[in-house]
Amino acid sequence: MSDLAIKIRQNFAFLTAAVLFVVVYLLYNLAHPKGFTSAVFIQNSNEVFTLAMVSMAQTVPVLAAGLDLSVGASMTMIACFASYLLSGAPAGTPLALDFGGWRVALGTLPGGVTGIALGAVICLLIGALAGLINGAVVVYGRIQPIIATLATGAIYIGIALFLRPQPGGKVDDNLNWALTNSLGDFASTVHIFNDGAAPWFAPFAGIPTPFVLLVLIILLVWVPFSRTVTGRTVYAIGSAEGAAYMSGLDVNRARIAAFTLGGFFAACGGLFLAIETSSGNADIPQAGTYTLNSIAAVVIGGTSLLGGNGGAIGSVFGALILRVISYFFRIFDIAPLLQPLFEGIILLAAVSIGALRVLRVKNTLELFR
Amino acid sequence: MADAPQGDFLVLSGISKRYGGVRALEDVDFRCARGSIHAVLGENGAGKSTLIKIVAGVVQPDAGTIALDGRAREFASPSAATAAGVVCIFQELSLMPDLSVADNISIAAPPRRFGMIDTRAQRRRAEALLAEVGCEDVNPLLRVRDLPLSRRQMVEIAKALGQKPQLLILDEATSALTSADVERVYTLLARLKAENVAILYISHRMHEVEALADRASVFRNGRHIETFDKGQRSTAEIVQLMIGRDIATQYPPKPKPVRSAPALKVERLGWEDHLADISLEVGAGEIVGLGGLDGQGQKTLLLALFGVLRGVTGTITVSGRRVRPGSPAQAKAADVGIALVPEDRKTEGLLLPMSIADNLTIASLGAMSIGPFVDTGKEAEAVDSAIDRLKIKVGSKDDAVSTLSGGNQQKVVIAKWLMTGPRIILLNDPTRGIDVGTKQELYRLMRELADQGAAILFYSTDYDELIGCCDRVAIMYDGRIVRELAGGELNETNIVANSLNIGAAPSPGAPSGAAHV
Repeated sequence: MSDLAIKIRQNFAFLTAAVLFVVVYLLYNLAHPKGFTSAVFIQNSNEVFTLAMVSMAQTVPVLAAGLDLSVGASMTMIACFASYLLSGAPAGTPLALDFGGWRVALGTLPGGVTGIALGAVICLLIGALAGLINGAVVVYGRIQPIIATLATGAIYIGIALFLRPQPGGKVDDNLNWALTNSLGDFASTVHIFNDGAAPWFAPFAGIPTPFVLLVLIILLVWVPFSRTVTGRTVYAIGSAEGAAYMSGLDVNRARIAAFTLGGFFAACGGLFLAIETSSGNADIPQAGTYTLNSIAAVVIGGTSLLGGNGGAIGSVFGALILRVISYFFRIFDIAPLLQPLFEGIILLAAVSIGALRVLRVKNTLELFR
Repeated sequence: MADAPQGDFLVLSGISKRYGGVRALEDVDFRCARGSIHAVLGENGAGKSTLIKIVAGVVQPDAGTIALDGRAREFASPSAATAAGVVCIFQELSLMPDLSVADNISIAAPPRRFGMIDTRAQRRRAEALLAEVGCEDVNPLLRVRDLPLSRRQMVEIAKALGQKPQLLILDEATSALTSADVERVYTLLARLKAENVAILYISHRMHEVEALADRASVFRNGRHIETFDKGQRSTAEIVQLMIGRDIATQYPPKPKPVRSAPALKVERLGWEDHLADISLEVGAGEIVGLGGLDGQGQKTLLLALFGVLRGVTGTITVSGRRVRPGSPAQAKAADVGIALVPEDRKTEGLLLPMSIADNLTIASLGAMSIGPFVDTGKEAEAVDSAIDRLKIKVGSKDDAVSTLSGGNQQKVVIAKWLMTGPRIILLNDPTRGIDVGTKQELYRLMRELADQGAAILFYSTDYDELIGCCDRVAIMYDGRIVRELAGGELNETNIVANSLNIGAAPSPGAPSGAAHV
C-alpha cells in the first residue's frame, strides 16, 4: 500500500467531514438568494468563529481520552471578563470586585489600545488558567475528567454570573468593527496598508477577519502543538495511557497541557463572542449548548471520543457543518421550533457516515477494537 | 561505552517488596554482567515481574538498593530508568495502537527541529531501526493497531533498540513472534551482547533459554533460589528448581487412537484471502493441533468456526448437523456448543476490573437464571466448583480478575468456557506467557476434557506442545492446510518442514487438506 493510500485511509473520517462541509456550503451558497458574496462570507465567519474555537477547545482533552464539560462555561466566563476589560475607555478602566458593598480595588487598566491589548491578554490568561485548573484537578485529584469539568464548569458559570448578573458591558467600537468585518475594514480601522487602499492588498480586502484569525490560530498554535512531544503525548495517552507511561512519557504534564490549551482556545472563543456582541452575558443555556455542540463537532470532525485519533482541524470542519445546517433554516424559512429536530436528525446522519465502515468489516472482532 | 570494563553492571542487594499482605520479593540479591545474556526463570508469581518492574522504575522497592555500573540508583519512574540506560520490552506491549509505527519507535525522544517533531527524520530513524530487526516490510506510516501481534512485538523491539540500552530487559518478548522473527531476535541479541550490553531475558520457553542464556537465575516464591552458568544444570533440574517439586512427565499419556464419528467436520472452508479450502475433522475425544508458522490462518480459522467472521464459505458440521454460527452467541448456544479460548486474554478473554466470580459465570449466566434473574445460589456453587476443578489460586473470588497471575487468569478464561458445557473447544495459543507448572495442569486438563468426550482444536506456536498433546496436527501454510501429521510422523522435523511448506508437500494450489487420512 502506498504512503498516500495509508494517509487517506487513516484520515478517512476527517476527509469525509471536509468534503461534507464543502458540499453543504456549496449547496447553501447556490440556494442563497444573494449568491456567494463577501458579506455572506463575513456573516458566516462571525457566526462560526466561537463554536469553532470551543470545538477546538474540546478536541484537545478528548484526544487524551477526557471529555471537557466546562468549555462552554469557560468561554462564557471569558466573554464576561472581556465585557469589562475590552471597553477601551480613553480614561482607563478602574477594576474592582464588588461583594455586595464590600469593594476590593484591583487597580486601573490603562485606556486606549494598550488597555485593550492588555485586557485581551488577561482574558486569554484567565482562560488558560481555567484549563490549567481543570487539568490539575484531573491529574492530581485523580478525578475522571467528565466529573471534574462538570464541577469546574459550574464554578466558571458561577464566576460569569457574579461578573454579569445581567447582560451588559461594552467592547470598544473600533475593536468590534475591526475584527468582525473584512480585512479591508480591519486595515482601515488600524491604519495599515495605506488604510487598506494599497493596490496589492485589494485581492485580500474582502476576506473576513475572523476567518483569517481562525486560520492563524490553527497554524500558529494547534499545528505546532500537535508536533511537539507534549502534543504527541496527548495522542499517546488517548491511545494507551499505560503504554505511554511505560514509554517514559510525562503523562501528567501532557494531560494538564491538553486542558490548558483547551482553556486557551475556549478563551479565544469567549473573547470573540464578547467583541462580536459588544457585551457580556452569563447565559447558562447558551454555555450548555456550546459544550454539547462542541462534542458533536469533535465527533463529526473525525476525532474518536475514546481518544488517540483525530485532531482540532477536523473539529473546525465539524463546527462549520453544524453551523451551515442552521443557515439552511434561514434561507428556507423553516419554523425555528423545528430546528432542534432537524439538527438532531442531521447530526445522527453525519455521525452515521463514520459508522458505515461497520458494514464492510468482515471480522466482527474488529468492531470492538 | 563499548570499552567499559566487564563485570557486574546491575547489582541488587537486599531488595524486598510487598503488595498488601503478599510478599512479592524477599531479600533478593542479584547481579547481572555486561556482555552476557542472563535468563531469569520462575513460575508465575515467583517475583520475576516485580524484579523487573523495580529495575525499570515502575515500582519502588520497600527495602534494598540498586546499583548500576557501580553507582547507587533510585528510579522514581520508567523515564528515569530509561535515561540511565535501562530499557524494557514488556510482556504487555508498551505501544500506542493509534499512533504510527514511526511515532511509536521514537515516542520518548523523537528527532526535533525548531522544537517540533521532525517527521521525516523520525521516519528515516524508524526505517533504519526496523531494518536492524529485519522488518523492512513494515511501513512506518502504518498504525500499530493495523499490524498483527507478531509484527507489533518486532516494532516494540525496534523501539527498545532505539533507546540505546545499556541493560536490556526482555519479558516474554518472543512469546508472540513467528519462528523467523525469533531467529532475527536471537541474532540481534548476540550482536548486542558483543557490544557489551547487559541483557536480562525472561522466557517460559525452555529451549530458548538453553539456546541463548550464558547464565540463569531461578526465582521461587519471591526468593532468588540459585544462579548458575550455562550447562551446569539440566532442563529437568531447572524445572525442579522452579517448581520446587518433582514432575513426572511433562505431557499426559495419549490414548490409543480410536476413530470416532467426527464431532466437528469442516469442509472446503474459505474466507476472504485468508482461508482457502480448509477441510478438517475433529472426533469426540480427540485433540487436534493446528501448527505452522504464525499468521498462516490458524487464528482466523478458529474465529471463523466461532462465528466471528462474516462471509465464510464452505460447510461446518457439528455432530452431524450443518451449522453456520453468525456470532459467538450462536456458536456457544447449546445446540452448537462451541467454545473459544481467545488469543488475547486481557482484551478478549477477561473483563479485567470485574470479579473472578463474575468472569467465571459471564458466558453461562443463562443456564443459572430463573426468568430474567440470576440465581445467586447456583452461581456461587458453579464458581466454587470451577475454582476447585481448575485449582485456580484465588484469595477471594470477589477480587478483580486483574489481580491474578497470568496463568491463573488463563485458567479463569478456560473455566468460564467449560461452564457452558461445550462439545467443541477451540484453544488459541492458551499457554502463551504461562509458567511451566500451570502449562502442565492445562495439558492434563485438555486430555481429561477429551477423555470426557470433548473435541479439541488446539492452536499453539510451541511445537513441543503440539507433539506432546495432540493426537493429530494439521499444518497450515498461507491459509490452507498443507499436511496432517499423526502417530510416528508427528515430530519436530516434519512440523518444521511442512510449516515452511518444503516437506514434499503438494503445491499450495492443490486441495490437500483432506488428502491425508
